[in-house]
Amino acid sequence: MSQEIFHIIKPGLMSTFQDKGRTGYQRFGVPVSGAMDRFALQVANILVGNPRYEACIEVALIGPKIEMLHSMTIAITGANLEPKVNGEAKPMWTSFTVYKGDRLSFGRHQEGVFAYIAIAGGIDCPSFLGSKSTDVKSGFGVPVEKGVRINGFPRINKTNVGLKISEIPVYKKKVEIAVIEGPHTEMFTAEEREQFFNVTHTLEANSNRMGYRLKTNIEHWGNTANIWSDAIPYGGIQIPPNGQPIILMADRQTTGGYPRIGTVISSDLSKLAQLVPRGQIQFYRTTIEEAQNQAIKMEKSIRNLALFRKNIN
Amino acid sequence: MKITVNGDKAVKIEFPGSVTADLNQEIQRFCRELEAAAINGVVEWVPAYKSVTIYYEPTKILYSELVNTINALPSHHSGEDQKITSRLLHVPVLYGGNVGPDLERVASYNHLSPNEVIKLHQEANYLVYMIGFLPGFPYLGGLNKKIATPRLEEPRASTFAGAVGIAHEQTGIYPIESPGGWNIIGRTPITLFNPNDEQNPFQFEAGDQICFYSISEQEYQRIELLVKRGEYQLQIDGCID
Repeated sequence: MSQEIFHIIKPGLMSTFQDKGRTGYQRFGVPVSGAMDRFALQVANILVGNPRYEACIEVALIGPKIEMLHSMTIAITGANLEPKVNGEAKPMWTSFTVYKGDRLSFGRHQEGVFAYIAIAGGIDCPSFLGSKSTDVKSGFGVPVEKGVRINGFPRINKTNVGLKISEIPVYKKKVEIAVIEGPHTEMFTAEEREQFFNVTHTLEANSNRMGYRLKTNIEHWGNTANIWSDAIPYGGIQIPPNGQPIILMADRQTTGGYPRIGTVISSDLSKLAQLVPRGQIQFYRTTIEEAQNQAIKMEKSIRNLALFRKNIN
Repeated sequence: MKITVNGDKAVKIEFPGSVTADLNQEIQRFCRELEAAAINGVVEWVPAYKSVTIYYEPTKILYSELVNTINALPSHHSGEDQKITSRLLHVPVLYGGNVGPDLERVASYNHLSPNEVIKLHQEANYLVYMIGFLPGFPYLGGLNKKIATPRLEEPRASTFAGAVGIAHEQTGIYPIESPGGWNIIGRTPITLFNPNDEQNPFQFEAGDQICFYSISEQEYQRIELLVKRGEYQLQIDGCID
């Protein structure tokens, strides 16, 4: 039965509901949306015993302050924003139980950008086209706001279920990101492509869930003409006329008309999403075969974790 | 067809030739074949002006396997020019006045009277080449060049849902309120996108044809009311082009 679980005292910088996103409607122009860091989302859910893609609360850089309206098991993954319960530090990437009246708050930003709060039993919020992901621009839901009460199906599950320290991602301020070139490779000269992989790019502060804007010291791109609009995957790297690349992220539009020099491989998207503003990126080339090997490896490790969690119930 | 890697979870199928209604037919045919083939691991696909992008899960089907499967689809071999039937949807529009703030601009840019613009806008059947930009936003080809008008220099912070606009040689309809730079010449009372309707959230799909017809303010209000009650039926004809 649906019950009130959270009272939002402070919403944080940008707190939304996010799951795997909306698939199957891109041909109707509906953005996929969904968690920026799919790995952290899935792990948070697995740790509390939820299905992998249950909706979590995604918080960015500055966490919310929440009063518990019910006792339940939760887990927090992703960016380390120093989670605390009643002022006492709580571990990341580990399930623990909070009690009615407790206050969950966050301290100083340590590393990463997006943290995920998973609630054992799941959140009860409206679903549109098969997803609970908030996408304000398209008219799907509203961000988590001050004073709001959130409903859910709270449960008390096993606590202290966590990742081994060695398995917890470390979010650095300088990252190496693998890219598959294309699909508009012919729009760029060999020299431009070489430069793109040689220079260090800086993430701009005006980046958001739609796109990560980069500052790049490539003075002249020969050809930045518009192309016939086509579909853009998560991680597509556009070069608009001003020459400053934009990486299309979770809330991207379904289609776009700027040429794309490459696409970030799916297994590096979490690392990219967690890069802080003014962080640095060095891109390197990889092949489709290598990228798909990595994607399969990542899926296997998440599946193993889910299996492990199931066996300790 | 040219198949290009688009990251490790998507491929882009590019169709040769210029962007025409015929090429769009080819793209729609290809999409129907994809649907019929129900390839394991394929998540969805997005038709555009000159391409179809297929999203897939590499944990279920690898790039090389998907390419082989696509190459084995019938359209790749037959070369038959079978026409597919598309729908023709009649869209009511209230032109000008408060709901067509840029009608005068379109008219003066093209040295026409507002009434001539309205007449020319209704003459053509438009093809939905693709849907993108916003949920349910149709990119319509087939605009008479006599009323083609560049985008606004300063995009509006907000354009209302149902706004019928012109940008260069394209016309389109805003399904939801959004910032935008199109020249707005009128408004339709019909709903293009209803996020709460799980069964039928979208009015149009790529490959449809659309024609516009002018309505009065009274008719606008009558249709708007019917739409609210969920009783409005858009006139839809089958048509073979």
